[in-house]
Amino acid sequence: MMRFLLLFSRQGKLRLQKWFTPMTEREKKKIIRDMTSMVLSRQPRSCNFLHWKDLKIIYKRYASLYFCLAIENQENELLALEVIHRYVELLDKYFGNVCELDIIFNFEKAYFILDEFLMGGEIQETSKQMINRSIEASDMLQEDDSSEWYEVELFG
Amino acid sequence: MPAVSKGDGMRGLAVFISDIRNCKSKEAEIKRINKELANIRSKFKGDKALDGYSKKKYVCKLLFIFLLGHDIDFGHMEAVNLLSSNKYTEKQIGYLFISVLVNSNSELIRLINNAIKNDLSSRNPTFMCLALHCIANVGSREMAEAFASEIPRILVAGDTMDSVKQSAALCLLRLYKTSPDLVLMGEWTSRVVHLLNDQHMGVVTAAISLITCLSQKNPDEFKTCVSLAVSRLSRIVSSASTDLQDYTYYFVPAPWLSCKLLRLLQCYPPPEDGAVKGRLVECLETILNKAQEPPKSKKVQHSNAKNAILFEAISLIIHYDSEPNLLVRACNQLGQFLQHRETNLRYLALESMCTLASSEFSHEAVKTHIETVINALKTERDVSVRQRAADLLYAMCDRSNAKQIVAEMLSYLETADYSIREEMVLKVAILAEKYAVDYSWYVDTILNLIRIAGDYVSEEVWYRVIQIVINRDDVQGYAAKTVFEALQAPACHENMVKVGGYILGEFGNLIAGDPRSSPLVQFNLLHSKFHLCSVPTRALLLSAYIKFINLFPETKATIQEVLRCDSQIRNSDVELQQRAVEYLKLSSIASTDVLATVLEEMPPFPERESSILAKLKKKKGPGAVSVTELEDNKREGGELNGGGERGPDTSAMAASNASTPSPSADLLGIRSAVPVGAAPASAGSLLVDVFSEAGPAAVSAAVNDDGFLSSAPPSEDPAAPLPEADELLNKFVCKNNGVLFENQLLQIGIKSEYRQNLGRMYLFYGNKTSVQFASFTTTVSCPGELQSHILSESQSVCAQVDPPGGLHNHTQVDRSQVH
Repeated sequence: MMRFLLLFSRQGKLRLQKWFTPMTEREKKKIIRDMTSMVLSRQPRSCNFLHWKDLKIIYKRYASLYFCLAIENQENELLALEVIHRYVELLDKYFGNVCELDIIFNFEKAYFILDEFLMGGEIQETSKQMINRSIEASDMLQEDDSSEWYEVELFG
Repeated sequence: MPAVSKGDGMRGLAVFISDIRNCKSKEAEIKRINKELANIRSKFKGDKALDGYSKKKYVCKLLFIFLLGHDIDFGHMEAVNLLSSNKYTEKQIGYLFISVLVNSNSELIRLINNAIKNDLSSRNPTFMCLALHCIANVGSREMAEAFASEIPRILVAGDTMDSVKQSAALCLLRLYKTSPDLVLMGEWTSRVVHLLNDQHMGVVTAAISLITCLSQKNPDEFKTCVSLAVSRLSRIVSSASTDLQDYTYYFVPAPWLSCKLLRLLQCYPPPEDGAVKGRLVECLETILNKAQEPPKSKKVQHSNAKNAILFEAISLIIHYDSEPNLLVRACNQLGQFLQHRETNLRYLALESMCTLASSEFSHEAVKTHIETVINALKTERDVSVRQRAADLLYAMCDRSNAKQIVAEMLSYLETADYSIREEMVLKVAILAEKYAVDYSWYVDTILNLIRIAGDYVSEEVWYRVIQIVINRDDVQGYAAKTVFEALQAPACHENMVKVGGYILGEFGNLIAGDPRSSPLVQFNLLHSKFHLCSVPTRALLLSAYIKFINLFPETKATIQEVLRCDSQIRNSDVELQQRAVEYLKLSSIASTDVLATVLEEMPPFPERESSILAKLKKKKGPGAVSVTELEDNKREGGELNGGGERGPDTSAMAASNASTPSPSADLLGIRSAVPVGAAPASAGSLLVDVFSEAGPAAVSAAVNDDGFLSSAPPSEDPAAPLPEADELLNKFVCKNNGVLFENQLLQIGIKSEYRQNLGRMYLFYGNKTSVQFASFTTTVSCPGELQSHILSESQSVCAQVDPPGGLHNHTQVDRSQVH
């Protein structure tokens, strides 16, 4: 299972954080610090895998963004690399030549796309078409939706 | 690319984000954020109800501020309100907010659970998926309690849509992981297994994660999945690249699904059914064959996906450990990867080979790659790859290549990364000990370790080398010589001084004949390092000095001079001061015999499991895991101490924390089997077992802690006390219990307790003859001056004392002191 996914820039600014297990804010901040310092200090032609505590860290740089994925010890590293790649492909398809700015200004969309792809630390759907279809469908829902907002009984 | 692309733009949000990015400083950013927070607060509190769009916008802004790293303490209620909206985007933002900012307010939790329940029963697949997502993201106990029974139903219901099934499977998985007790097995479990046969590949992918986790906890209940998994796998592996349409990833059919199937199979032993097993072996062979074929695409994604399946298949082969043919093929494939262009593949190959090395079928095959691995150790630029190479060398080490590997690891250690040095040191120490045929090589290796990486040589390592040197006569002289030479280096590590001090103290006499290492030279060498060392080392050196006085009487004056000086006997550290004072006194008043006995050579240590291994197992990392398997599979006679003729117990005491004998504790032989007095310790028996609660075990053969002597040679006068009687008496300066008096007829034991000014003594009388004592009386008297100082009362004893086997007799005397 995957434990967390972080996206950060070359300057260490965090652009996206997805946590698949519950953690306190303090733990999260510490992990973010550790990850950014570890990954940013790697040499250019090293391998994409690191060991950190009892997890494996897979990282890859796309343009100005570092994608950092932590997986448990028995998971397959190469596949994790491809998980990252698949996510980038999805973002690319949605935003059209995605860049860091897209993710900054549409952060909530980045999360939604991630949610279509991964869930509870596992892959939900591996077909690009299927995911794109469901993203487009929900976009349609936004545009179509003209019903009035009304308060629904929350109790009962 | 436009910042605002599709759907609802939320212009206000975009403007806000721009503002933040344009802030020149951290203070400006905080100021802008606070301004916005105040604005949002007022809007939320305001009189007029906000419309959905605005609510959504503000909640989203709050989310953004939170993700920047600032704390948010309001907005949860508004987010929960969004959940009940019918507009998809508003719901979406509401769910996102509460998944990210989890709140433990019970009222909110109740409301959230209600909203989720509504969405789950709405029959709208998009809403259902949102709700399931939220449960999977948060996965709290309250949610588990509310929904753990509902979700399996959704999962296996016939009318559930595929996308919802996928979400339900993974949601259930999350709940199972966090609250396994709430997810009860039921009739849904057999239907879940059948999801493996589902048409929709996405459903299979999601279901398989769930099944894998469930199988690990309930293997029997899910074992039908094995044959289904095998058939699914073989269908995928033999399919053409166009069959699976969109589930083909860069010309590789369903890589994620294949890997998950292979992982599921790793939860079970090899299938017993011949047909199933045959199919599986065929599958694995196909995968191995495909690796040899030319790639269908130049893209790295293609090779990654293909190799991911290959590595997973190799893991399965290693897990089964029963097909020699497959194991050897796997090993060869990995061998090819060891020299691949891509660093990732070299890294993974080294890692996989570590596990292969511990299997008996492939161990030899792995060893053939030793040169490549050594080369990798020397030339790889990436430190993590070098580390994997070191781990592999450790795993593939055996008697035939131990010397070569240890030498390589030592030279690697000289330039290794600081973070891995300690682990490397432990590994080298373990290997050196395990495969030493010639123990002088072992001693050399450890001393080299100390020289190269002294700071990282933990205590277990140098204690071990000392234990081994003590236990092996043949290496003691060599050790003394080597340590002497090592100490002559201008800058030597403190651990070296410790080892050197100890060894020279014990075995310095073996090299004292040579004028270059005469006793005085040895002493001066050690003493020259004295002032550079920390307190524990100095303590050790002081002990070495007193041993020198014993070994080399000609050094006595010099050493005493050193001990006598103020910096020793008035040292501010209590331990050092005590040692200096006591050793000085010991050297002055003890006769040579006594000194020789007190400072006798250390007895051999009992065999025990190396604590170094325990320490290494505690350290995390794949290297450590394979060592455990290594140790279990290939126990080469467990010759940890090489046997040794003098080993008293050969039973290996598994010590998790080897109690380390500190040099000074045993020096005076308090707990050793050899008591002061030089008489061989006969199994003493106390006629009257003074210390047992349940009465005397009259002819007990055990030696109790105090080493009572008895069965003295018969003396002429039966009534005469035994020669040791005086010594027995002197004991009571520091002891309250023991034998007070003994002769041929009678043994008197005493047990006393004292509290402030009150004391109580029990006197026990043991009859050593075979006839009964009749008219036995006792009197207790206080002679002379003591009478005025001590008040005593005594209870009389009964008149008969039976021979051994009968009841013991005792009298009780109460004393109190009067001032």
